Amino acid sequence: MAGFTLRELEAVPGRASEWVLEHDCAETGADPEAIRRTMRERLGLMRASVTAGLASTEKSLTGMVGWNAHGLWSAADVLNAPLLRRVQAYAMAVNEENARMRRIVAAPTAGSAGTVPGALLGVADHLGIGDEALVMPLVLAAGIGQAISRQMHISGSAGGCQAEIGSSAAMAAAAVTELLGGSARACVHAATLALANSIGLVCDPVGGFVEVPCVSRNAFFSVHAVCAAQLALARLESFIPPDEVVGAMASVGRMLPPELRETGEGGLATTPTGLAVTARVRGDGS
Amino acid sequence: MSVLDMIGPVMIGPSSSHTAGACRIGLLARAILDATPEKAAITLHGSFAKTGRGHGTDRALVAGLLGMKPDDGRLPDALAEAERAGLALSWSEGNLGNLHPNSVRLALDGEGRHTTVVGSSIGGGVVEIVEIDGVGVRFGGARHTLLVGHEDFYGAIATVTRVVADDRVNIAALSSNRDRRGGEAVMCLELDARLSGEALAWIARIHGMNWVRMLPPVMDEG
Ligand code: SF4
Repeated sequence: MAGFTLRELEAVPGRASEWVLEHDCAETGADPEAIRRTMRERLGLMRASVTAGLASTEKSLTGMVGWNAHGLWSAADVLNAPLLRRVQAYAMAVNEENARMRRIVAAPTAGSAGTVPGALLGVADHLGIGDEALVMPLVLAAGIGQAISRQMHISGSAGGCQAEIGSSAAMAAAAVTELLGGSARACVHAATLALANSIGLVCDPVGGFVEVPCVSRNAFFSVHAVCAAQLALARLESFIPPDEVVGAMASVGRMLPPELRETGEGGLATTPTGLAVTARVRGDGS
Repeated sequence: MSVLDMIGPVMIGPSSSHTAGACRIGLLARAILDATPEKAAITLHGSFAKTGRGHGTDRALVAGLLGMKPDDGRLPDALAEAERAGLALSWSEGNLGNLHPNSVRLALDGEGRHTTVVGSSIGGGVVEIVEIDGVGVRFGGARHTLLVGHEDFYGAIATVTRVVADDRVNIAALSSNRDRRGGEAVMCLELDARLSGEALAWIARIHGMNWVRMLPPVMDEG
């Protein structure tokens, strides 16, 4: 099978992202400079989504979200935790732009598009790191997604939210770890810790729309990714080896009933409020 | 799969399956019609029927029919664009049978042509066309796709693949299906590159070939 395992990636002596890029180009025949250029453009688009999302209070298509990122960003930082606030606000900014039908970068999906920029841009801005240093960590994030997708299709309908936002958190964790100088091994373990601690997360969007809980879930799991990076940078590792953790996530995904895989027929979606909102949204207009 | 599929694609939200995938089905259906659609009767199935509107599935399908890609900034206004472009739309919801929950049937008319296409958005923006004019097919539009509608006759596939080989194009996947023995069949060849116009004309001239279409890949966004 094409691609690579996390075990191979963690053994890389140099920068994990460089290895991913070489591997990708060898497999697809793409030019590494062209990939870097496209990644840089996508980073720019992520940046634009964050900026637009923080400023906007326009409601989404269904009206369930649209004010969260701006609300947090303009609130007082009562915890005196600027990194936390920044990461959460950035993540929600991107997802609220997504829910408004604006142009976004799927990372790896549209529903999870906020986690990677939330964590990576949030940490970089907090520490005053320029955007050019974020391009290769994004490549690594993509590489982690590729390794996960060998065992589980990355979508809420295939494996629940653990497969979607869990994967995005793993990708973000590795990216932040590399940004802060972590070895390939540390990056892979950051990803693994993030994924291991997302196992079981179900996909239960109200009405089947990518809004509730998706917007706040991106906020939470971008912070989750930063936590995983923090552990891995302190050389803490996942007790269960990386590919086995992916396998565990995949097996739990297959056990999840369809009601908890993006159908909007379980969990938060079937709460009385969830059902009432769904009926209203589906009923009006057309 | 490239790293650009994981950090990407660039798309209009909110859902890879309900928005980007729907747009791609529209794009493929337009390419199958091979004309500017003037009328579209759209039947939404399963989750497309239930949650389509909140996901912008309706606009995304129409955007695709108008030739827009999933990252086109005009996608949210596709219904108004359709009116301007003279594309008449009619909508219904229905059970299309045992299909993926994100499925749709598009019955299209344009420039004197008619085609009915059934497609499914199977996750992460990946799509599958599963039926053309009542004949089962299966392709995703990730590659250049050659479709040939033909009479079900001896050696039809060999004849076409020979032309493809002479055009020096590799076949990545091949499938074929028919509605009944000796009836109408559709052959579907996923290719590494576009066939030349000359090769396409050759195939069209072969006795028993009813129609030929060369569809562009729809998975790489702009
Ligand atoms: S709950 Fe489902 S739709 Fe929402 S982000 Fe998670 S996987 Fe995506």
